[in-house]
Amino acid sequence: MILLTRKAEFSSAHYYWNEAWTEAENERVFGRCANKNGHGHNYTLEVTVAGEVDPVLGFVVDLKELKEILEREVVSVYDHRHLNLEVAEFAAGTGLIPTTENIAIAIWRRLEGKIPGARLHRVRVYEMDDLFADYYGER
Amino acid sequence: MTAGVATSAGPKAYLSRRYRLSASHRLHSEAYSAEENRAVYGKCNNPHGHGHNYAVEVTLCGPVDTETGMVCDLGDLDAFARRNLLERFDGMNLNTLEVFRDKVSTTENFTAEVYRIFQGFKGAKVVRIRIEETGNNSFEIGEERERG
Repeated sequence: MILLTRKAEFSSAHYYWNEAWTEAENERVFGRCANKNGHGHNYTLEVTVAGEVDPVLGFVVDLKELKEILEREVVSVYDHRHLNLEVAEFAAGTGLIPTTENIAIAIWRRLEGKIPGARLHRVRVYEMDDLFADYYGER
Repeated sequence: MTAGVATSAGPKAYLSRRYRLSASHRLHSEAYSAEENRAVYGKCNNPHGHGHNYAVEVTLCGPVDTETGMVCDLGDLDAFARRNLLERFDGMNLNTLEVFRDKVSTTENFTAEVYRIFQGFKGAKVVRIRIEETGNNSFEIGEERERG
């Protein structure tokens, strides 16, 4: 088995807010991240897939195809968007806050079953170079 | 997380945070003669020491809290790291510290000590410590999730 990783980047705005809490609770827990005008990051996405090398092609997965899948399923949806206001899985009423952890889980769900010939192994999302989340599809 | 509401557990995820610190050290073992130390540790045995900009990567694992969307409170982790990692090691000569009194200040031993220290963090389980000594060398201790 081989693990293969492809990177992509997107820049998005977000803020942290739990609708079930008061303003004071949100500000106490989330601090500056609770600013409802939002703030942003340059996110780096690393998608790792696992699979066997096709004996003829010599590939686990066609990288060009993987790049296009990441573009279609993730980058075109998240890049230069406000995650809370413009991305369905984080919209008001979903209760899902666009933290790095939840973005990794959401991207896993967007990609699961969409990569032909390989198994999704890990989704890693860097919010900054000193903070990142990994999701392996665990419940 | 305590915001006056009950918390509940979502899917299990991993969160990693990197901290930077600079310290000096000298690789030298009392078990060896001066000549043996020079032979084993080479330029790292220079009696005056040398230093590195270390990058310490801390990985935590746990359920994503459905109230906060987080594995742990980052402010709590940063405060713990400031108190127990940066204030203890940044700007120090590792060889002068109690922990390296009877142990060579290799990055293997440093990584093991940092792993031990972070087991004291209560916000989430620290499952891996990885330290980059330089851009070319890194050392890690913890569960081998990466290879699973």
